[in-house]
Amino acid sequence: MKYRGVTGRIADGINAVALLLIAFSMLFPFFYIFAVSFSSLEDVIRSDLLLWPTEWVTDAYEYVLNSDQFVRSFFVTVYVTVVGTFVNILFTATMAYGLSRPVPGRRIILFMVVFTLLFQAGMIPTYMVVKETGLIDTLWSLILPVAINPFNLIVMRQFFLNIPEELHEAAIIDGANHLQIFSRIILPLSKPALAAFSLFYAVTHWNNYFSAILYINDPAKWPLQVVLRQIVIVNEPDAALRGAQRMMENPPPPETVQMAAILLTTLPILFVYPFLQKYFVKGVMLGSVKE
Amino acid sequence: MEPKPVTGRLVRFSVRMKRRTQRIRRPPHDRYLYLLILPGLLYFLLYKYLPMLGLVMSFQDYSPFLGFWDSPWVGWKHFRTMFAEPEALRVILNTLEISFLQILFAFPLPIILAIMINEVRLTLYKRLIQSLVYLPHFLSWVVVVGIFVVFLKSDGIVNNLLKMASIQPIPFLTSPEWFKPLIVFQVIWKESGWGTILILAALAGVNPQLYEAAVMDGANRWQQIWHITLPAIRSTIVILLILRLGSVMDTGFEQIFLMLNPFTMEVGNVLDTYVYFKGIQQGDISFATAVGMFKGVVGLILVVIANRLARKYGEGGIY
Repeated sequence: MKYRGVTGRIADGINAVALLLIAFSMLFPFFYIFAVSFSSLEDVIRSDLLLWPTEWVTDAYEYVLNSDQFVRSFFVTVYVTVVGTFVNILFTATMAYGLSRPVPGRRIILFMVVFTLLFQAGMIPTYMVVKETGLIDTLWSLILPVAINPFNLIVMRQFFLNIPEELHEAAIIDGANHLQIFSRIILPLSKPALAAFSLFYAVTHWNNYFSAILYINDPAKWPLQVVLRQIVIVNEPDAALRGAQRMMENPPPPETVQMAAILLTTLPILFVYPFLQKYFVKGVMLGSVKE
Repeated sequence: MEPKPVTGRLVRFSVRMKRRTQRIRRPPHDRYLYLLILPGLLYFLLYKYLPMLGLVMSFQDYSPFLGFWDSPWVGWKHFRTMFAEPEALRVILNTLEISFLQILFAFPLPIILAIMINEVRLTLYKRLIQSLVYLPHFLSWVVVVGIFVVFLKSDGIVNNLLKMASIQPIPFLTSPEWFKPLIVFQVIWKESGWGTILILAALAGVNPQLYEAAVMDGANRWQQIWHITLPAIRSTIVILLILRLGSVMDTGFEQIFLMLNPFTMEVGNVLDTYVYFKGIQQGDISFATAVGMFKGVVGLILVVIANRLARKYGEGGIY
């Protein structure tokens, strides 16, 4: 029991209120964006501080979803996220398992991995390699150059090291080889961990903007984040959402279109967030344990 | 003469037995393990180590038509240019200045926030606050910068409120003097909550008896925080600070790139964005490679030094 006098109670109260305000500041932008995205032209013109629309309209969403560019980019992002996460898990899990066994040479390989956390060649040489391997303007350029996150690899290896050695011994006595041990024993045992890593990788792909502006010049292959930047930050919703205009007689106000685009882009993240939260504290802790 | 064959036979027998047991103990089929490692290893060689060979471009005048082998060698020319060019020096200073502001203002906040959360007694309330403050970490920089743009533009909600209070509107997004504060504030908003995880974990390991003993000795809340809570997370803070110092040259490409515009280029252009503008947009491959390498090497040296310092002061270091 901690000491709690009158001053302690007051301090507790102040602390609770301060935390509430901080948490509110994280939530308010979404509340505001949500309200504006459903507002009508009259509300946008009339009100300087629009917190609740008098009339709920979905014009902005119709407008955004009418745009070929937005819909195509949405599917590009979905594709890159699904395929990319699969590649991530495949490469990370196999290498992490291999390095968790006592094979000759693993120290050197492990050092190679850790060294990339300390020093990287940088943007231009990596760009040259991506170009030389023929990935420019293909969706693989958003997947292969980031196939393994070294930090995730190290954390996953740590996870495999914690699996009891007896399981390996039993499997080896039963005549299993390492491929079989990996696919039939290790992977099924690691399902929760793999789910957690998948979520992290998936969020990274969904949010990735940097790779796309480096490697993708063709607007047909732009992921969602690139289009969202043009809609909101460059402030050119009509140019970014080609194809939307012809479908509607009275285009909705640009503000509401911008808000609708932000929400549509963020929705999948908000949707997986509860699952992410379940895993990430454990995941971060795993990485903090030293060998 | 007679015992010899017996010993010989015995030795041979025991060697054979040993081999047999070794064969059982030693996992068979190592080649399968190498097969599992191979795709990942190829990835690291191709996309992490091959680019390091590409760093030779910084000592050449690389031309795409001549290629790596035939482009002329120019020695340290690009590095000399970098320290002679006012624009490049400006960029290095911007990078250091933004990092310094981040360490000064954004680094301590997760620690304070974690202590605040740790002081909450009601578990449900604590959980609620935690799940709300972690959220912004998972938003993309495009969304975060987008939200700030929407709020801060000339007819955005903030300027409308200022107008209502009869205060002159502020052009936040196009004023050079607002650029750096906004960058720091965005990082605070996005990452402070996430930064509390490791510190809260360290705090969860503190023995509650320490607090009980402190209360017996008459310590108040502040004294408990000062003498028990803070020492408990000191080594975590030191390690986080080392990692942070090691990435002083890293200001994050996406956020800065998205916030930059012609009005703020002078104060906001940092090493990462400079490399992009020079190398990708203007095609000055060799110079941009040199700038990138300078950044990488200085970063490496800083991590090594910081790690040494941490070991010296008995905090174990990070590798």
